[in-house]
Amino acid sequence: MRRALLWAVLVLAAVPVLFPLYYALAGGVMGARDLTAYPPALVPTGLHLDNYAQALRSVPLGREYLNSALQSGIITLFQIVTSILAAYAFAFLPMRARAVVFGLFLSTLMVPWEAIIIPNYLAISSLGLTKGPLTYLGLVLPFLASAFGTFLLRQAFLQFPSELRDAAVVDGCGHLRFLWRILVPLARPSIAAVGVYVFLSAWNQYFWPLILVRDPQYQTLQIGVTQLNDVEAADPGLILAGVSMALLPTLFIVIFGQRFIVRGLTAGAVK
Amino acid sequence: MAGYGLSWAYLLPSLAVFALFVFWPLGRSIYLSLHGSDIFGGAGRFVGLDNYAELFTEPRFLKVLGTTALFTLFSVVPAILGALALVLLLEAQIRGAKVFRTIFAMPFAFSVATASVVFSIIYNPAIGIANGLLGQLGVDRVHWLTSPDLALLSVSATTVWMNLGYNVLVLSAGVGAIPQEVTEAARLDGASGLRLAGRITVPLLSPQLFFLVVVSTIHALQSFGQIHILTKGGPDEATTTLVYSIYENAFAYGSADFGLASAQAIVLMVVVLAMTAIQFGVLERKVHYR
Repeated sequence: MRRALLWAVLVLAAVPVLFPLYYALAGGVMGARDLTAYPPALVPTGLHLDNYAQALRSVPLGREYLNSALQSGIITLFQIVTSILAAYAFAFLPMRARAVVFGLFLSTLMVPWEAIIIPNYLAISSLGLTKGPLTYLGLVLPFLASAFGTFLLRQAFLQFPSELRDAAVVDGCGHLRFLWRILVPLARPSIAAVGVYVFLSAWNQYFWPLILVRDPQYQTLQIGVTQLNDVEAADPGLILAGVSMALLPTLFIVIFGQRFIVRGLTAGAVK
Repeated sequence: MAGYGLSWAYLLPSLAVFALFVFWPLGRSIYLSLHGSDIFGGAGRFVGLDNYAELFTEPRFLKVLGTTALFTLFSVVPAILGALALVLLLEAQIRGAKVFRTIFAMPFAFSVATASVVFSIIYNPAIGIANGLLGQLGVDRVHWLTSPDLALLSVSATTVWMNLGYNVLVLSAGVGAIPQEVTEAARLDGASGLRLAGRITVPLLSPQLFFLVVVSTIHALQSFGQIHILTKGGPDEATTTLVYSIYENAFAYGSADFGLASAQAIVLMVVVLAMTAIQFGVLERKVHYR
């Protein structure tokens, strides 16, 4: 009896949580008649796969998909590399004023991006990085390093005993060789956690591409979806088809990469 | 043996990015906030604290601060309490808990743009499903995003939904880290249900709860996308938060008042720092670290 009640409560809670996802996927194949029907249709009466084709024609979502993949891919790759290098220095290299430099890194986490977005915008546009393919550079340049990644990887590196490093030195292994050949493979789960987290935040960016990108050819997917929302307001099926396409990569990560997300998200919660 | 120089080589790529895109812009934000703006958006003449004085004597800006506080409250508290309730329920119910956890984590797959677009369709007053379903119950057409009383709540509700998945993931990880022996021992002592949750689980989750309060508050203060997509700050500025106001002054409608917008940006930073400091000062003492 108690079990059944708990189940009922959980199911009741799951409905509103799941509904927007269901509505995006189901609505994406619904015709305009279903979506505007009264009483409202909750289940598609027909399969309107042409919503997808029409959404792709209305806004160049395909091109924007590639732009977003490129932008997020570059940001992720660079943040992983710069974070690994910095984390290695903090964990294994002799350093003067280590605490001060580490504090300097962490202080960047306290500066809200929105508080420095104006000067960054002015600098990037005065460098001409809003013109043509240079837009890609403008999209990624401010995000090529991160204190969060450095912090998380430093924690991971510190788990390995310094004897590991000493043994490698005895074997004549230099720093870079030790780092890439031994440490990076060992710390792969933490690196994956940083990668997943960085990729998701880059993929989901909104404010920066909104103000930066002028040439529609270099627009990102997130902005594209909202443009679809503006131009196709009369046909919600098209918009939801576009949303479904934009959701695919992140949905995939949430379902299959959950353990990496949790590792990355909670790194700061455990002291 | 490596000298001290080597560590700088490893730090240099990160330090260069931070110097160019965090520290220098921060200085520049302060500089801009002390200047007027010329028509091209460049820094105009030095005006001292005039921009700040203008902000804090303007009823419009005081309203913006109030809206920001309300939005933060409405979006942070329900999302954390809701996630906590869900996670505690999951802990009591063993069978199917994993499936439910994945379901509750689903909103995390949405970006601010995709979530806001879906909600804008749900909220549509004429054809949206929210009014469609309520209409079945005999409720009159609700203007979710265009009524000054409701708009902030509707945008907050969207944000709560978006953040729920993240909060569930963090709290579930916290529950998973509680040693079995602790809950077993409490159960043997006769604790169950609410008592177990109140006396054992919630206190042991306090590091994760504290983390969520700090991170969600910072996040809420920085919210932009859902406001830009759902309401554009309206109706009648009812949803104009600090960050949205920065956007309007700097980038919207060719405004380019970078001086005034920068003053607001510095206010934003001070608010974020102050909130974080207060939370560490007041709340962290109550956190039980294992």
